[in-house]
Amino acid sequence: MGIGLTHYIVLSAILFGLGIFAIITRKNAVLVLMGVELVLNSANINFIAFAKFNKMNIDGHIAAIFVIMLAAIEVAVALAIVLNIYQNYKHINVDEIDSLKD
Amino acid sequence: MLVDIVFWFFAVLIIGSALVVVLSKNMIYSVFALLFTFFGVAGIYVLLNADFLAVTQIMIYIGGILVLLIFGIMLTSNVTGVDIKSVQTGKIQMFFAGLVSILIIVSISFIAYSTNWKVSPTTNTDVSTTIESIGKQLLTNYLLAFESASVLLLIAIIGAALIARRK
Repeated sequence: MGIGLTHYIVLSAILFGLGIFAIITRKNAVLVLMGVELVLNSANINFIAFAKFNKMNIDGHIAAIFVIMLAAIEVAVALAIVLNIYQNYKHINVDEIDSLKD
Repeated sequence: MLVDIVFWFFAVLIIGSALVVVLSKNMIYSVFALLFTFFGVAGIYVLLNADFLAVTQIMIYIGGILVLLIFGIMLTSNVTGVDIKSVQTGKIQMFFAGLVSILIIVSISFIAYSTNWKVSPTTNTDVSTTIESIGKQLLTNYLLAFESASVLLLIAIIGAALIARRK
């Protein structure tokens, strides 16, 4: 049995579930960001798998490029916010941060 | 047959290192496991005839995002060696979170198995590089999205520099 579309979808579903697990259980803000990266990667695998199994439709690749670009933007801005929070609180546990300004 | 072996190799690499990312108590181990996850995803892209995306994945994710994340961890932890512990949630929360993610995985996989996908797969002979068609699409059909993306990048750079600046 060869590798078909279903294999890629199941692979990306597993990656998605692990990313959701990291987002829910981690307390450290940087580790939550890593969970978000896993979720975005699983979405990209889906886009490109569907592109390949639809006669190399290039639209899926374009969507994946924009997802990668947005992931880079998101990490840069989120890390700036995390560094700012660390200056105020001296930790970045997302469950204890409850005010924007001290 | 060789494609199958390569796929299973990268699938095991991705899932194993993603498990380390999610479950490891040491944050440095998590970040370096994330490197292998990104590398495995790049391998899957190559397997799916997406050469440009594979190179982009390695350059942006491993060269950019991973370095940013390592900086984020190093700057926000009391570094006392390679052992940087992360606070975990309680056992009950872990159990319910695991339940939710297993439910998500099982339901998506069930949908994927039970749907009769109408596939018309690409054979390896009729594909050359994708770079030419991606470039054509980006400068014709997706020109507005492309230009808005560049404006968004500019705004993000200014915003990040403004937020992270020391007062």
